[in-house]
Amino acid sequence: MVSREPELEIPFHRFIDEVGQVVQKLPGFATDPQNLVPLYRAMMLTRVFDERAVGLQRTGRLGTYASSLGQEAVGVGVAAAMRDQDVLLPSFREQGAMLWRGVSMKELLLYWGGDERGSDFTKARSDFPICIPVGTQFSHAAGVAFALKQQGVDAAAVAVAGDGATSKGDFYEAMNITGAWRLPVVFVINNNQWAISVSRTKQTAARSLAQKSVAAGILGLQVDGNDVVAVKQTVSEALERARHSCVATVVEAVTYRLTDHTTADDASRYRSDEEVSKHWQYEPVRRLRQFMENNHAWSSADEEALQKQVASEVETAIQAYLDSDAPAAGSMFDYLYKNPPKSLANQRDHIVTRAADDG
Amino acid sequence: MAEINMVQAVNLALARALEDDPSVVVLGEDVGINGGVFRATEGLYNRFGQDRILDTPLAEALIAGMSVGMAAAGLRPVSEIQFMGFIYPTIDQLECHASRLRNRTRGRLSCPMVIRAPYGGGVHAPEHHSESREAMLAHIPGLRVVIPSSPSRAYGLLLAAIRDPDPVVFLEPKKLYRANAEHVEDDGIALPMDTGFVLREGDDVSLVTWGAMVQESFAAAATLSTRGIEAEIIDVSTLNPFDPEQVLASVEKTGRCVIIHEAVRTGGFGSEIGATIAEHGLMSLLAPVKRVTAPDTVVPLAKLESCFMPGADSIVQAATDLMAYS
Ligand SMILES: Cc1ncc(C[n+]2csc(CCOP(=O)(O)OP(=O)(O)O)c2C)c(N)n1
Ligand SMILES: [Mg+2]
Repeated sequence: MVSREPELEIPFHRFIDEVGQVVQKLPGFATDPQNLVPLYRAMMLTRVFDERAVGLQRTGRLGTYASSLGQEAVGVGVAAAMRDQDVLLPSFREQGAMLWRGVSMKELLLYWGGDERGSDFTKARSDFPICIPVGTQFSHAAGVAFALKQQGVDAAAVAVAGDGATSKGDFYEAMNITGAWRLPVVFVINNNQWAISVSRTKQTAARSLAQKSVAAGILGLQVDGNDVVAVKQTVSEALERARHSCVATVVEAVTYRLTDHTTADDASRYRSDEEVSKHWQYEPVRRLRQFMENNHAWSSADEEALQKQVASEVETAIQAYLDSDAPAAGSMFDYLYKNPPKSLANQRDHIVTRAADDG
Repeated sequence: MAEINMVQAVNLALARALEDDPSVVVLGEDVGINGGVFRATEGLYNRFGQDRILDTPLAEALIAGMSVGMAAAGLRPVSEIQFMGFIYPTIDQLECHASRLRNRTRGRLSCPMVIRAPYGGGVHAPEHHSESREAMLAHIPGLRVVIPSSPSRAYGLLLAAIRDPDPVVFLEPKKLYRANAEHVEDDGIALPMDTGFVLREGDDVSLVTWGAMVQESFAAAATLSTRGIEAEIIDVSTLNPFDPEQVLASVEKTGRCVIIHEAVRTGGFGSEIGATIAEHGLMSLLAPVKRVTAPDTVVPLAKLESCFMPGADSIVQAATDLMAYS
């Protein structure tokens, strides 16, 4: 007889359910609902920013863009749990986290508009730039964590990537060493159920993505990725463990991608409208508003004022992006090496002259 | 039959191969119901089923390694790496296994596999989506590296790649994916992978190139022609194994050669061609060999991409410079 593996117990954390009801004693920071206003504001900002960025792409003023519609609580919750000196290593869908960390909307737009200056963050100077090759940032996080630990810095590395990324060897390799070497890392898996057209169930037969941590000897748990309170609290606890006991955690934030993979994708080719509409009822922004309203911490006047303010902030950033001067052709050489090799000077001259001739 | 573009030609060749040979399987990320992010595998999932059109988990090293296993065990895997920017994890398998399994086992096992990947710039894609690193792959003995430059050559060369008994990396210039359409006969006829294509004849200068730069070379040749300079255009097409004879014969005729590639200059495949001419064609040269390439830097993001990409203007300039020698 073949005996079946015992089911792995992976805890699942949620404080506020989809109708804004509290399902478990709230963590300290959330007991005063006024404290949740900044989180709500950040999620709203992310949502409006995403919407406007998609619009810019559609009108030819931005490159391919990956919206985080429906996933705003993950990025915002993760970043809100971090301290300044922690290091964020984001994927391409974590604008919510990056904005909270101090990356500006203009910088994000520059990057997606095709200008490297967008990755030269004015704030969050130690955070990593957006990582496009899926999952490759996991091992960077292990390296960052080693450096922080060795230098005695009381901080941790936070890598964020998608459900698809957990299929890459990079993920297993990085988890493994954080266990073996006791490195202060939090791996956040933003499980939006899809990796372009490949569903979470086709990606892996594992019952949860968090349980992949078990074999590496680190902790793993799931959190309702549409409950920003739960994301923030869970990641805070994981960060505490990382900083103080050097125990790494995989936090699987269970959420849903409510829109196309990117502006280059057409999700109607591989998933049904019914599936998508069903998930709208769990979305994070309305849920938190519901909770705040239930607790008399938010009114329709507040909502109106916020909408206005956020819209104008995003508009200002877009204008600044559109007004920004074009990058100089020579800049493509200027940051390749700290000490530019002599042999590149001719090539640089040639490119600069050619660009000038082109007007 | 209607005219088709390069993506459709790739699709047509895949369908033909799947139809003709039950051992052919297609695998990769999003190649199933989604039909590939460029739609190169569109319709194949419905037509050939989920046992032959395989959506893999997101893992490029796995795709290559599994292809090695599948191929050695009797299948003909044709995998898609979504963009060349994500091909690097496959190099471990290509270098250490695919390219040498036949040699290691004295022919007992082999690797008839194809890895297809869109490559190159010119479409304002995001970071890591525009590189031309073909030379990196052409440096691996035992591997064929093939690059089509038109819909009909994509069709014929992909069939050749799939039928070849050894591993082939098939790089598709995405700038040309939808650039033009032509009539492509679905006749199942493969094109040769042991030589390139002389696409335009001319007596004054040889333009030796491949991929998206073929288009730029044609534009340059048209301009040069109005100035009384007739260029010969050679689409090298198969970089490894490279056919030196074709290039040497052309240079013998013209006495002048411009090598054009979209890849960065240092260690680009143009160096191999230039060295071949230096070794075997020096006496036919009337002028030094010139290269028109991208500069030795990281492909810039979209805003500066066109400054980085070599173009017809630079080819015309280079050819004109060479005409000063006689
Ligand atoms: C290594 C690598 N392979 C392929 C791609 C192309 N690609 C971009 S995003 C993506 C799916 C990612 O899915 P997931 O990890 O779930 O993140 P999500 O996009 O859903 O946020 C793919 C295949 C890539 N960027 N990197
Ligand atoms: Mg996903």
